[in-house]
Amino acid sequence: MLINNIISLLNTSLRMAAPLILAALGGVFSERSGVINIALEGIMLISAFMAMVGSYLTGNPWIGVLAAVFFGGLVAAVHAFVSIHLKANQVVSGTAINIFAAGVTSFMLRVMFESAGQSPSVTKVKDWTLPIINDIPILGDILGKHTPFVYISLILVVFSYWLLFKTPFGLRVRSVGEHPAAADSVGINVYKIRYIAVIMSGLFAGLAGASLSIGLLDLFVENMTSGRGFIALAAMIFGKWTPQGALLAALLFGFADALQMLAQTMGLSFIPRQFLLMAPYILTILALAGVIGSANPPAADGESYEKE
Amino acid sequence: MLKKLSLLLIVALIFLLANTAFAQDFKAGMVTDVGGLGDQSFNDAAYRGLKQAEEELGIKISVIESNTMTDYVPNLSSLAEQGYDMVWAVGFLMTDALEEVSQMYPDTKFGLIDSVVKQPNVVSVTFAENEGSFLAGVAAAMESKTGTVGFIGGMETTLIKKFEAGFRAGVKTVKPDMKILIGYTGVFDDPGAGKELSLTQFNQGADVIYHASGACGIGVIKAAEEKDLYAIGVDSPQYHLAPNNVLTSMVKRIDVAVLEEVKALYNGNFSTGVRIYNLQSDGVGLYMPQAKKMLSQETLDKVDMYKNQIINGKISVPETPKNL
Repeated sequence: MLINNIISLLNTSLRMAAPLILAALGGVFSERSGVINIALEGIMLISAFMAMVGSYLTGNPWIGVLAAVFFGGLVAAVHAFVSIHLKANQVVSGTAINIFAAGVTSFMLRVMFESAGQSPSVTKVKDWTLPIINDIPILGDILGKHTPFVYISLILVVFSYWLLFKTPFGLRVRSVGEHPAAADSVGINVYKIRYIAVIMSGLFAGLAGASLSIGLLDLFVENMTSGRGFIALAAMIFGKWTPQGALLAALLFGFADALQMLAQTMGLSFIPRQFLLMAPYILTILALAGVIGSANPPAADGESYEKE
Repeated sequence: MLKKLSLLLIVALIFLLANTAFAQDFKAGMVTDVGGLGDQSFNDAAYRGLKQAEEELGIKISVIESNTMTDYVPNLSSLAEQGYDMVWAVGFLMTDALEEVSQMYPDTKFGLIDSVVKQPNVVSVTFAENEGSFLAGVAAAMESKTGTVGFIGGMETTLIKKFEAGFRAGVKTVKPDMKILIGYTGVFDDPGAGKELSLTQFNQGADVIYHASGACGIGVIKAAEEKDLYAIGVDSPQYHLAPNNVLTSMVKRIDVAVLEEVKALYNGNFSTGVRIYNLQSDGVGLYMPQAKKMLSQETLDKVDMYKNQIINGKISVPETPKNL
């Protein structure tokens, strides 16, 4: 019984963490290049909607995933244009995108399906079963069978780490986020690198959105991201702007959520339910308050760059 | 001949115009709470009622959707300002706003759903959710094979507690030794959380889950579909989300309430005060078309029996889960 509970706890943690990991990775790329991206929430929402539409129109959920990624990149490109080209305040641009996303998705829902609130059910992405790992006891129960987004998110953590810390491109991303003028002086195109990084963050957030509407569920519900974009931002900060840190933080948040659900269900009434529900958010505040040691953002994070 | 005919036509036209003008004179409007239209819940239900009033009485109706809680007062005032005869505030979140606005416009009649404002121009419509939930509990207990059922609520408010209380009382009345798992998502708009919480309850042995959690419930029903177990919907008939896994839904006839009150005001036999729609007045109850398809005859008989006992006053259903 105990081992069963632990398995289901870790299973739930992984599923809850997957969208957070993906969006947090997006945040890492954007902010490492020096552009604050609080639009993750809105990008996720638009992508969740487009993923549903793609699957609805073609019957193939993977087309939905592609649509989500494409539109995620597109919205991020708008954010990039406003922040990098027009040099507008990046927080304001992000907020505007979040508000726009909530409005446009419910509007489109009404236009396309004449029923607001939720879309019809569409084909969702089928679970994957890992061949060998699934046969190993316990480990197989935890890792063996999941929605593909769980595996994709884990693979992308490794990929992001490699890209950011082991390639010239990663070095450029980090340098334009720390000291754009210095990077510029050695011939790095600051604008181009930032554009690429911000658009990449949109691709990641797009996957995160798809994981909600056609991974976890099989339909779009108004405002279904429900603050996950912001929790992902917290995970990114908690993880000190690194992919591996973001992974651990997102897993921790997922775990806190799963634990609170299990504790409620098992009727552990010595802890008031309100405190259990608060757990993930308390962790977030602790993270933001710098309890895990000083969390220093990239030096030029949020500053637009003016070429001299 | 032609002259006479045209005269007749003109008279008929004037009569017709006057008639429609009179009907058009009567205006009823509603302000949604932040859930907005399309919530498949009480805002939609209220709108259905209003829509029906428009069709039956030929009155003018309109809806204002609220984006944030701070919209309530301006939205309600705006309808009152435009001379609407009746203005509905939909949802208990609007209680304070209506308290304020109803005093500013004493000549306008207001209706409030799910809560009470004691003003001379307000009719407060509440529902005996605990009675309907009791029947949901009876159905869940009868259909469960594992001996464990679950309840999932949204925000832990007095209203949602009323659902929980009725459900638990219903389960315990039929099967006293049944295990009931209780969970709250803490929000009304996160179907992902609703799904995961349900999966956790299913993992702990539950095989029927009743929810009162707004859009989180979509996730509850999807979880039941995935596990091929059962869910019981709420507010509106929710079977379309998973036709083979939704036993029934506990429906609140907000549409009926809105229609009845608007009709009463239109016909001049309207009175303000508190109105309770319960099992007796068919204001709450299980959605029978789906129940008949999914529940065994034995269960249906039990549900019917307890329904009569509640209506007769033989059973009184608690409103809070305190002593359960």
